[in-house]
Amino acid sequence: MSIDSREVCARYGNDRLRLMDILNDVQAAKGCIPDADIDTIAEAVGESRVDVDQTVSFYHFFSKTPRGKYTVYLNNSTVAQMNGRQAVAEAFEKESGGTFDGVTGDGLIGLYSTACIGMSDQEPAAIINNRVFTSLTPEKVQSIVADMRAAKAVDDMIGDYGDGANRSDLIKAMVHNNIRKKGEVLFGAFESGAALRKCAGMEPGKVLEVIKASNLRGRGGAGFPTGMKWEFCAREAASPKYVFCNADEGEPGTFKDRVILTELPRMMFEGMAVAGYIVGAENGIVYLRAEYRYLEHYLQKVLDDMRAQNLLGANICGKKGFKFDVRIQFGAGAYVCGEESALIESAEGKRGEPRNRPPFPAQKGFLDKPTVVNNVETFCCAAQIVDKGAEWFRSLGSEQSAGTKLLSISGDCAKPGIYEVECGLTVAEMLDMAGATKDAVQAVQIGGPSGTCVAPSDFDKKIGFECYATGGSIIIIGTERNLLSVVHNFMEFFADESCGACVPCRAGTRVMCNMIKKIKDGKGSTGDIAVLLELADVMKKSNKCGLGQTAGNPVATTIRNMRTIYDNVISSDDMYKPGFDLESAVEESCAVVGRTPHFDGE
Amino acid sequence: MSETVRISIDAKEYATEKGRTILEAARDNGVYIPTLCYFDGIAPTGTCRVCTVNVNGRPMAACTTPVAEGMTIENDTPELNEMRKTIIELLFVEGNHFCPSCEKSGTCDLQALAYRFKLMAPRFEYEFSQRDLDATPPKLIIERNRCILCKRCVKAIFADDGKALFAVSNRGNRAMINIDDKLAKTMSDELAEKAMNICPVGAIIKKGKGFSTPIGKRKYDTKPIGIENQVSS
Repeated sequence: MSIDSREVCARYGNDRLRLMDILNDVQAAKGCIPDADIDTIAEAVGESRVDVDQTVSFYHFFSKTPRGKYTVYLNNSTVAQMNGRQAVAEAFEKESGGTFDGVTGDGLIGLYSTACIGMSDQEPAAIINNRVFTSLTPEKVQSIVADMRAAKAVDDMIGDYGDGANRSDLIKAMVHNNIRKKGEVLFGAFESGAALRKCAGMEPGKVLEVIKASNLRGRGGAGFPTGMKWEFCAREAASPKYVFCNADEGEPGTFKDRVILTELPRMMFEGMAVAGYIVGAENGIVYLRAEYRYLEHYLQKVLDDMRAQNLLGANICGKKGFKFDVRIQFGAGAYVCGEESALIESAEGKRGEPRNRPPFPAQKGFLDKPTVVNNVETFCCAAQIVDKGAEWFRSLGSEQSAGTKLLSISGDCAKPGIYEVECGLTVAEMLDMAGATKDAVQAVQIGGPSGTCVAPSDFDKKIGFECYATGGSIIIIGTERNLLSVVHNFMEFFADESCGACVPCRAGTRVMCNMIKKIKDGKGSTGDIAVLLELADVMKKSNKCGLGQTAGNPVATTIRNMRTIYDNVISSDDMYKPGFDLESAVEESCAVVGRTPHFDGE
Repeated sequence: MSETVRISIDAKEYATEKGRTILEAARDNGVYIPTLCYFDGIAPTGTCRVCTVNVNGRPMAACTTPVAEGMTIENDTPELNEMRKTIIELLFVEGNHFCPSCEKSGTCDLQALAYRFKLMAPRFEYEFSQRDLDATPPKLIIERNRCILCKRCVKAIFADDGKALFAVSNRGNRAMINIDDKLAKTMSDELAEKAMNICPVGAIIKKGKGFSTPIGKRKYDTKPIGIENQVSS
């Protein structure tokens, strides 16, 4: 299909701020964004070529060269690895004749690794031309590649659809929700529009009081009090204001927002409208990760329905002046865009680099206007709180962690999936619930790679803000796993996903990643451990954003909590061991001149 | 009239004005806070993190944090200087920095800070990263081996019509500085010179200009970094 980039730009009013939409459309239509198109786009939006290029080159799903008629993005996360990703990757290479990361000679199939795609409960999984393929096996790969050779449409390659709304005409995905435990807030009774009707009968300040009294804290992981954030924004005089829903769910191991987006989108949109009412914003934007593009038409339909039911749009629920609508902004593959200021930058068509703070988004966010950014789950909670009351919400959970929390549990357990629990349950209770045998568990990664690796001795501690805060990601790591490989996978993830702005993150994650590999390969020394701890500390103290600050956590928390995995491969009298391998460094030149190297001491 | 704000830096009291950053307030008062990406007159990018200080016990970048009444700031402490040294060290292993052959040797902020923090041999392994040099602009050489991605050029150098001349592409440690090939052809000698001078290292070199001040007579050859605007106490 031929498409003119100029037309795409015109579709978005040649607006530089809509660059993400322009690039997404061109990428989708052409399978790549060639240099010539970057020139065309730059001219249309009135910027220089390097300016557009800096955005194009930042995102994983934008490419300047074709990535194949069928583009396979195979998840490379730790959980995917645990579930047999290696064999699936090999099958893709064998069947297609291509290699990761590249395109087959005939241009038919592109094979690419990608960071966690939010399917940890049904790995190995891949995204092929925006459709998700879950629970892959080498056999399934065989038939998928055969279908590709037969020029089958991707939609027709999907065998059985998943459960719930995944089966609906507008989604038709093989994704499963795996909802294992329903709680009172997210999966409790919900009447669409109830919260908005309550809003319509109350002053915005009174609704804010309800949110504040509920002690709701942000569900993305950081736990900032939601009422306080909204109050800051409400107090700002500047207008217009914006409400952003952070649906970038990129922390490896988390997939709970995917299930909310599939099953509870009305609750989420309603929560956004509640926030809009409180802070005085008329525009809501859902920043949705590109990995969830398969939900696009479904979500658009939900928005249309809500508009038709007067739950969005002008004079909501008949209240004059209560105006709010929502637009979906797609990302293009960047973990760091889950950081609220990076998310805003990205929504403005720029590189997803976190901003300097202050000013905070509540003061100067999207287009430098007051902006509220909250997680998908937070908005859902807000909608339910307004309907059912602060008291009700506070009666659930624990003192510091009111309400319930959605956990995405994956890894070595019998029942991976979504669990709505009251905050304050212990790690051991969580393991029981997920069908994991405590004796078979080596460690639990709570809060994703940026969280904490918890040792069995701490399984009596609580999940919640009082101890192990989490945005929802919980990865159970069995005793047979090589934990150092897990740590290495996490560090590779951070090194790949660093935006590259702050020195300690950009260079530090790479150095740490290399050092972990050195240790894993049996070349570590006690000196390396000290250096790793120092680097993690420097990152925590000096990086600009929360993601950069916690990027050293996989290493720091395993050294602290699981020290034996290091001691097992490091001899205590080795203060220093070079990582440089002379033998392999001279191997090629020796082969060329036909010389057998002789190393000292051998 | 602007409002006076009192702060303390390393247990000494100073008066400054509301709206100043910690870095500006410190410099106004003759207190040196090490910086690398910061450049006077350009909005701070906050990328290098070398100016990190403790504000009421919490680490913050001095270049982007505004002062507030009663702030207690720690700056010249062994811990903070050790952290700054680590950051400089990371830059040395990340890029390919060969001071003896660099046109900027002696006027390079990175080199001067390495001397200040007494960086001997880095504790981390070199990346030996493959970085391409761009010599296509008529007036400039972009030597990416030396680039520390401070973004001074991105923030300060624009074409006549206001379009960006410099931008960073890619992300993580694949990030690199680029110059717009079309706009580079329109650069005046003055703008090219400004670009070179604004670069803290030797990543932007004006063609035909490199060695006009001999080594031995350069900025930091006579005075180490950090004493230029310091007042004796």
